[in-house]
Amino acid sequence: MSTRPSPDDGLSPTELAAKYGLAVSGARPGLVDYVRQLWGRRHFILAFSQAKLTAQYSQAKLGQVWQVATPLLNTLVYYLIFGVIMKAGRGMSLDTYIPFLVTGVFVFTFTQSSVMAGVRAISGNLGLVRALHFPRASLPISFALQQLQQLLFSMIVLFVVAIGFGSYPSLSWVLIVPALVLQFFFNTGLALIVARLGAKTPDLAQLMPFIMRTWMYASGVMFSINHMLADRPEWVVRALQVNPGAIYMDLMRFALIKDYGASNLPPHVWAIALFWAVAVFVGGFVYFWKAEERYGRG
Amino acid sequence: MAEQNTGARIPTVIADELHIVYRVNGAKSGKGSATAALSRILKRGSDDAARGVRKVHAVRGVSFVAYRGEAIGLIGSNGSGKSTLLRAIAGLLPAERGKVYTDGQPSLLGVNAALMNDLTGERNVILGGLAMGMSREQIRERYQEIVDFSGINEKGDFITLPMRTYSSGMAARLRFSIAAAKDHDVLMIDEALATGDRKFQKRSEDRIRELRKEAGTVFLVSHNNKSIRDTCDRVLWLERGELRMDGPTQEVLKEYEKFTGK
Repeated sequence: MSTRPSPDDGLSPTELAAKYGLAVSGARPGLVDYVRQLWGRRHFILAFSQAKLTAQYSQAKLGQVWQVATPLLNTLVYYLIFGVIMKAGRGMSLDTYIPFLVTGVFVFTFTQSSVMAGVRAISGNLGLVRALHFPRASLPISFALQQLQQLLFSMIVLFVVAIGFGSYPSLSWVLIVPALVLQFFFNTGLALIVARLGAKTPDLAQLMPFIMRTWMYASGVMFSINHMLADRPEWVVRALQVNPGAIYMDLMRFALIKDYGASNLPPHVWAIALFWAVAVFVGGFVYFWKAEERYGRG
Repeated sequence: MAEQNTGARIPTVIADELHIVYRVNGAKSGKGSATAALSRILKRGSDDAARGVRKVHAVRGVSFVAYRGEAIGLIGSNGSGKSTLLRAIAGLLPAERGKVYTDGQPSLLGVNAALMNDLTGERNVILGGLAMGMSREQIRERYQEIVDFSGINEKGDFITLPMRTYSSGMAARLRFSIAAAKDHDVLMIDEALATGDRKFQKRSEDRIRELRKEAGTVFLVSHNNKSIRDTCDRVLWLERGELRMDGPTQEVLKEYEKFTGK
């Protein structure tokens, strides 16, 4: 160290830092600053999600064909079990039930995989978190975005199935867009919440599949809540119908399937869908931001 | 070299009694069985030790002031807390006690974690650049420079192949080239110079000197005393998480070599 006298000698570290305008390293930025930083990283968020998506199947011989083949095979399995063996589609003709089932599987998978990816977004990328500086919310958002792109591939299959069973494109198909946007915001909020929980308790990643499966069966992916629970009290049916897992699914079915009318939807369906999206997204974002400086701790 | 601008020595990094503690889950010595894990969880108590969380006190009360234009080497035996200290300066590891003040955003030279082996070198350059906070335009401008610097394409068109097909030396060179492409206020390098062949090492040392001119301050962790001697003018010696010595390169290295029995 230099032994020469300097005007700064005798200053405490805190005073020295204040004199030269140094800031505490690793402090959490304010919420507005945080959003601005995140916006500055939008290209990274998008590139990261696309890279993950591409890397997923890059070792497979069929390559990106699996983006479409995986949801298709999934549908086939569910059709065999629930459509052929269990005949879960009571109250619906086969022309309605098949697109009903496929829509349900795809839309719920979107939420499910966003949560599953979210829970590992921080804990599975500690190397990245410990090496580089960026708003940590980039990771869960990026993973949710990856799932959205995955869903867009699945939508190709979905359209083919719908048309194949007699539901031709109509004006109501336009509603697919707002339904998807709302669900994406809901999923992102959920991913942010479980990302913080999973960063603190990695064990959650083991538990999550069971929670998600329970939620899936309760949300009427393979059966119509209205028909299956017709003899139960009205409030049970309504409670299951307004749960966010079911609501985005039903909106998509309503938009897509010819014979799936508004009678299958709970009242105020769009308001409820909007409420879930805004509440979970904003709440999840703030909840995640509150622990920003603690991610990456050993 | 640092003396050339005394009088107006501007501090860029101030560490004030810094303590870093790692918490490791389920690493309590003894039984690692499921029942042992369960009983640990059930053992209620605010005490970390009782719940089987082990604390590793990696950095213990380190204080120093780094100035603009300095290149500071960090030495010490394995596990002495060098990398941990760097991460804390970069604000990537939260401090248990004490504070680090920095000018601007210190960056750790390391994009390894952002890169994906299944993607082509080309896409990794873009992804790595974005991860470091460069804009798309900046990356486009620097792209050719990065590829040329890495020397990946000297033996054919390798940049369009997935990174998993690269030899370990090639991958390391590309990683360093991506990381070194950005200008930084405070730059920290963790044993990066050991990568690549002699020719590439020479090139990276030159690049670090260049970065130092553009950057305010450079920190370098290395076990190679020669590369410390070549690039640094001040050395911090850490041992068991404590700052054992802080001074001009020659003095500290002499003591260190005596200590390690070289």
